[in-house]
Amino acid sequence: MPIETAPGLEAGVLLAAILFCLGLAGLMMRRNVIFMLMCVEICTNAAALMFVVAGAHWGNADGQVMFLFVVTLAAAEVAIALALVLQFYHRKHTVDIDQLNELRG
Amino acid sequence: MQGLLAWVPLLPLIGFLTLVAIPLFHRDEPSQKVIAYIGVGSVGLAALFTIIVAIVLFWGNPSESINISLWSWMLVDNLKLGFNFHVDWLTMVMLLIITGVGFLIHLYSVGYMREDLDFRRYFAYLNLFVCAMLILVLADNLVLLYLGWEGVGLCSYLLIGFWYKDPANGAAAQKAFIVTRIGDTAMAIGLFLLFYEFSTLNIPELVSTINGPDVNNDIVTLACLLLLGGAVGKSAQLPLQTWLPDAMAGPTPVSALIHAATMVTAGVYLIARMHPLYMLSEVAMTAVAAVGALTLLLAGFSAIAQSDIKRVLAYSTISQIGYMFLALGVGAWSGAIFHLMTHAFFKALLFLSAGSVILSLHHEQNVFSMGGLYRKIPLTFICFTIGCACLAALPFTSGFYSKDHILLSAWEYHHGINILWLAGILGALVTGIYSFRVLFLVFLGREGQASTHCKDANIPVMSIPLCILAVLALFGGLLAPPLQSVFGVRPDEAHSPWIEGTAIAMPLIGLAIAWKLFRHEQRTGEQRSSLLQFWFSGWGFDWIYDHLLVRPFKFLTQINHNDIIDSIYKGTATISRQMHALLSTSQNGQVRWYLTTFAVGSILFLALLVAL
Repeated sequence: MPIETAPGLEAGVLLAAILFCLGLAGLMMRRNVIFMLMCVEICTNAAALMFVVAGAHWGNADGQVMFLFVVTLAAAEVAIALALVLQFYHRKHTVDIDQLNELRG
Repeated sequence: MQGLLAWVPLLPLIGFLTLVAIPLFHRDEPSQKVIAYIGVGSVGLAALFTIIVAIVLFWGNPSESINISLWSWMLVDNLKLGFNFHVDWLTMVMLLIITGVGFLIHLYSVGYMREDLDFRRYFAYLNLFVCAMLILVLADNLVLLYLGWEGVGLCSYLLIGFWYKDPANGAAAQKAFIVTRIGDTAMAIGLFLLFYEFSTLNIPELVSTINGPDVNNDIVTLACLLLLGGAVGKSAQLPLQTWLPDAMAGPTPVSALIHAATMVTAGVYLIARMHPLYMLSEVAMTAVAAVGALTLLLAGFSAIAQSDIKRVLAYSTISQIGYMFLALGVGAWSGAIFHLMTHAFFKALLFLSAGSVILSLHHEQNVFSMGGLYRKIPLTFICFTIGCACLAALPFTSGFYSKDHILLSAWEYHHGINILWLAGILGALVTGIYSFRVLFLVFLGREGQASTHCKDANIPVMSIPLCILAVLALFGGLLAPPLQSVFGVRPDEAHSPWIEGTAIAMPLIGLAIAWKLFRHEQRTGEQRSSLLQFWFSGWGFDWIYDHLLVRPFKFLTQINHNDIIDSIYKGTATISRQMHALLSTSQNGQVRWYLTTFAVGSILFLALLVAL
């Protein structure tokens, strides 16, 4: 059965892609760990938005179920990541990610 | 009784092991007395056992032969090698010489080496040598023989370089080792060839196989020539004779035992042992005789020109072994072994006497600074004179009987005047000249530089072996070994008196010439005519080998200083190290850098997927 492209899908996908690229660009450019964390959240949200858009498009509840998972995942991720950031700051007295390069070859 | 025979090589081995192991149990170096008891006692006991076996088993029963199987050594397909001994009269004669003369030289060494700090090491090496030499002559297969053969080579190397602190001694040891190794390689190839052709290396089996109907004579000739190569190396014959004069760097009793009485005659023993093989090949026999004849002349003339007393004796040894090869080449097997025996007596005597001279003169070896010693060290003088008389084969000494035997055999070879006989006769004249030259220079005439502070160094432990050897050298000619059972009986031929007369006259003429030339030689030292200089240098063989082999080899090694083959492997290693350095720069520890490359990589990958 050919999939009919509902109006608004393209716009949704485009929005998600832009959001994801913004997040990725932020990750690559930002040096502050907290901002990087926020960029990760943007990426996650872009993915979640994609699920919702796709679910709405196919009239399927799976997309919304996945959204719930993603939100949970994001919460867990932030909990762990913030703990890591705290440790990082505790040791280095900075939140500059470039200072964290002890694993160089 | 046969078990007694197995103890003969074992005892010196035990002596060696004990001497080597002493530091494991004792912190202090044991006294010389203890070392002497172990070192000399083990060989003395072996000599005693040998004599008992000789008397009990062989006396009056010359055809007796014994086989002893100790254990199986190698079993690979049809190669079966045992640690087995085969004893017949040929072996017995060698055993008696090795243990008997070996014992006397051990005993003498106790006196000669008494001032040396490495007393224990010396006797350990000497015992190991006796063990290896006994294995060599007892072996019933050629591989076991080769084991002993290499063992004596090793001990020779160790003992030539015994005073290793002088680099010259080390160089002499290396030269001896490398030059004899050339011969040994030829011999090893000969053994492979024999095994390939006859599928056995057991000597009695080999002998029965080659007497079969379908034997390839070319192979036999080739194998004989290769074995001759080994014999030539070990016995210091042409063209591998250059190592023996240099081998005199070792202690003098070592020269007596290894480089005169036993090891250097191993080549003669090998050919005598393999004589059924040689009898099949005219070419090989001729080669053996030619090598002998050429060597005896060449070394004899070299001996005339030497100024070092030990080098005279070294060249004389080469020359006398040349006689043995000559005898082997004309098929006078028992003559060769007879001369081997008498030579062991009188050359050991000569070397030990020379050792006494050297020790009395505080390690002076130049004959031109000696002279007039007959009053100062009379016993040594008498012993040396007896030795010289035997060496020159004056009538009624042991050397006379054995050399006469060889000269007559050479005469019979072509039933008349032939080049081998002429060489032998000329050699006898030369032998007379050089042996009495050194006697006159050392003991008669005016006193030289070194003679003035001569002090008799003989102590009883040295005098006794000298006296016994002197008696053996004088009367050893009466002990012609009963070798007919091994070599068969040769028909006696009647010889006209003038042949016999020539053989008797030649040494006497040599004596007269030496008397006239060297009785009052001016001791001006080292001035030599160019001919004498040529002889002095051993006919320039060292020079030839140096220019023909050593220098080109050194040149090649210099070119290949950085091994060409090695550079391939080194290149591989360098490339991987460079790659590693390159890759490790990407591991910079920057999370954002990883992420960026990851993102770029993902995009490229996706693009690739889309494009495809």
